Amino acid sequence: MTVEAMVPRMTEICGPGGVVSDPAELRTYECDGLTSHRAAPALVVLPETAEQVAAVVTECARAGVPFVARGSGTGLSGGALPRTDGVLIVTSRMRRIIAIDPVSQRAIVEPGVTNLAVSTAARPYGYFYAPDPSSQVICSVGGNVAENSGGAHCLKNGFTVHHVTGLQVVTPAGELTWLGDGTGNAPGYDLVGAFTGSEGTLGIVTKIVVKLTRIPQVITTLLAGFHSTGAGGTAVSAIIGAGILPAAIEMMDALAIEAAEAAVACNYPAGAGAVLVVELDGPEADVRRDVAAVRALCQEAGATEIRAADDPAERAAIWAGRKSAFAAVGRISSAYIVQDGVVPRTALGEVLDKIAALSSESGIRVANVFHAGDGNLHPLVLYDDAVPGEEEAAEKLSGAILDLCIQHGGSITGEHGVGSDKAKYMPKMFSAEDLDTMQLLRCAFDPAGLCNPGKIFPTPRLCGEVPGPRRDVHPAVKAGLAEQF
Amino acid sequence: MTTTSIPGALAKACRTVRPAGPRDAVAGVVPNWVAAPSGTDEASALLAMAAEHDLAVVPRGSGTRIGWGAPPRRCDLIIDTGRLNQIVEHAAGDLVVRVQAGVTLGQLAGVLATAGQQLALDPPPGLPSGPNGTAAGVAASPAAGAMAGAAGGAAGGAAGGAAAGSPTIGGMLATGTAGPRRLRYGTPRDLVIGITVVRPPGTVAKSGGKVVKNVAGYDLGKLYAGSYGTLGLITEAVFRLHPVPAAVVFVTAGYADTAAASQAVAAAAGTDLAPVAVEIDRPGRDGLVRVGVLLEGDPAGVAERAALLRDVLGAGTAASDGPPPWWGAAQPARLVTGPHGPAEPTVLRISFWAAALPGVLAAIDTAGQEAGLDPAVNGSAAAGVLYAVLDGDADPAAAATFVTRLRDGLDRASLDRALPDRGAGQELAGGEGPPSRASAVVLTAPAAVRGTVDMWGPVPSLSLMRAVKEQFDPGYLMAPGRFAGGL
Repeated sequence: MTVEAMVPRMTEICGPGGVVSDPAELRTYECDGLTSHRAAPALVVLPETAEQVAAVVTECARAGVPFVARGSGTGLSGGALPRTDGVLIVTSRMRRIIAIDPVSQRAIVEPGVTNLAVSTAARPYGYFYAPDPSSQVICSVGGNVAENSGGAHCLKNGFTVHHVTGLQVVTPAGELTWLGDGTGNAPGYDLVGAFTGSEGTLGIVTKIVVKLTRIPQVITTLLAGFHSTGAGGTAVSAIIGAGILPAAIEMMDALAIEAAEAAVACNYPAGAGAVLVVELDGPEADVRRDVAAVRALCQEAGATEIRAADDPAERAAIWAGRKSAFAAVGRISSAYIVQDGVVPRTALGEVLDKIAALSSESGIRVANVFHAGDGNLHPLVLYDDAVPGEEEAAEKLSGAILDLCIQHGGSITGEHGVGSDKAKYMPKMFSAEDLDTMQLLRCAFDPAGLCNPGKIFPTPRLCGEVPGPRRDVHPAVKAGLAEQF
Repeated sequence: MTTTSIPGALAKACRTVRPAGPRDAVAGVVPNWVAAPSGTDEASALLAMAAEHDLAVVPRGSGTRIGWGAPPRRCDLIIDTGRLNQIVEHAAGDLVVRVQAGVTLGQLAGVLATAGQQLALDPPPGLPSGPNGTAAGVAASPAAGAMAGAAGGAAGGAAGGAAAGSPTIGGMLATGTAGPRRLRYGTPRDLVIGITVVRPPGTVAKSGGKVVKNVAGYDLGKLYAGSYGTLGLITEAVFRLHPVPAAVVFVTAGYADTAAASQAVAAAAGTDLAPVAVEIDRPGRDGLVRVGVLLEGDPAGVAERAALLRDVLGAGTAASDGPPPWWGAAQPARLVTGPHGPAEPTVLRISFWAAALPGVLAAIDTAGQEAGLDPAVNGSAAAGVLYAVLDGDADPAAAATFVTRLRDGLDRASLDRALPDRGAGQELAGGEGPPSRASAVVLTAPAAVRGTVDMWGPVPSLSLMRAVKEQFDPGYLMAPGRFAGGL
């Protein structure tokens, strides 16, 4: 069945306002936050209930049509990149906060609810939702589940996977089912944990039970200026070495500071080669002690200036520079690539030196903004898209940074996901057996390979294939989703 | 193939193989052989050989929880991880450690403590835990330690190097066990950041890595955590670590009934005093109900918070820098050898949404009365986990009645409780939440009880779990029948 032929049935399921088939309108869905990858979907549906999602997926499964789920479309790895021959299922109309249970420290939400809305709803009870990706104002919890989103504060509080205890999902066969029971200790395999971070390849989440975290007694944010990222890195190591676990430790280098100043006049220490933002939260006495210790350690590491803020407005002023950094880089460069790699924290200094060397060799500027506490680098590779060859050079440099991360025992992605963007790097990090074993999970959930195909894995595994003579063409090959090799 | 060819094939795959004895029985099923691979390569050869000869395999660490789960449908070969006992890399500056599966918690704690760090999983009380034992909230009772040592001895026997009695990393991970501090630090699945496994027919696979923040590929560590060996053998794992706190304080209080104790639990968990654990203990139906709260942090800070917490908990509280004797007491590794007498007790793990605590405690009482039993109850009340313990000499039919009635009561207690709406004053019936919001799993039981109960009870999304099992272990060679839903 062609996708066009599905329109009447999809309209029956989602209503006339819930189906988009006009080519011009379809184009608005052609990319997520990674705008370098584009593909307009054949059809977009905007279901409002879990049952509608199940009905849509059932139709796709029956017709052998691939489908891709999308939340707010803020992902940075092309995880929600549509299929030109498939249906894009947008969950942004499913935005009810169904229940807040403060005593159980749980909330039940629909996938289109924004990350920040959960915290806003929980605040009157003294709770918040801990994972805080920088897009939290707009990004959806469903997308967070797909990507196992982190954020600046996951150093202490963990990622989405540590805060999800139950998922209602539509399986790739169209069945509506619950994974987990919300307790976090349901009997059987931890399918909630396995599903979280699977980038939309195992099914579509339609309800989420999240953990709520008690709002800390006090929060103090420190800003420290250093001559160099090396000195800043020394301070980070000293803080961790002292047994202090801050809520967040963020670093920006001179170029990132320059961009932030240009954009939001954040008034960071003048002439600093690096700034550290260290946030400490918890009971008052403990935070007081830790703040004193962090101040001393920063001074020892050569801090040129240290500021501290307790009240929300002053803390927000410190964070303004950091939070604006990605967008601010647009002020000093016409185009840039946001990279996302991870190295062991102790290798930060060495890797930053190597990135600087790569940058000067290639003449491509790199601004560094990173979650220093957990070694998650976000190098911003700046280039001029009007200059022929610069984009390619920037991409090459960006790839070389990932190679550095792998060489130092790190990862090709800390929080943005593999998606369409980094599937080609997966074999550098994992063996064929590793990737094959991961895809067994895919085969258990989606043997037909229709659910967000082409993401994460460079080569799809043909499910159910056993060694020996081939008996028939695999359905995925028949559907053009995989190549026999 | 003949049986006689198997020992030869095993010996070829692994240098340390011996015939099994009665002491190697897994929940009553006696295997034929025990092999102790020296590394992932030997483990891979063993699983290849097991697949070739259709041998059912049960992985074993130090054996402290080998009795957990249903009896295997068959068990030909035990793979003992005792020789996988290397701490491969402790990157103190990165707060991560890479260990082989047979490393014991005690062995690891000793090494980590030298850097002021810990793997934040509570070893069962009384077991050797290393120098940071007190900070880890462990009651170092010599008597309990001796009993645990005896249990470890029963499990040993291969050329294993596992310290007797202390659970292994692989065992903790495979059974998904955690103690009181699960409230703050979670369970093994929350702390594992990388894993190496061997699955039939000998395929070695890893996922994750040695950095805490990493979303490259599926997270197989989550899938293998708590999988009871049914998806393959875990040979190595990487964990995130935490600093050992400068000071700890245990604040305890006693209550006349479960309603008052439940209120105290909710009040303690709802403070901003950062409790790391909120535990409850009730030795019997008519006894005092005890509540204990663990605080960690700056010495002056915890003292200050302990004082505030004592106000929250009401009259008759006490504060101490050591755990009360009942702290974490129901973690079954200790009970297997038992303070409840020589017979193996029946231990259930009950999971629920924390707000259902009063209803869950009432359901335990009702089920106990209906069955004519008086279970001891202990556990992490604020984290929604309780253990109910039946004496080893409890009548098997009564134990079965207890389990059945408890499961019915839990369903009512958890589902009848309306989930509060988002503050609008209305209450939703909860029909939009998970269809089940509580479970009772029989972790271990005497043979006579095992025969009369469904140890795992109902399991959500079992068909997906079966699909996962059949992808990873299509021949059902790995611990067949031990897990939920007969997997």
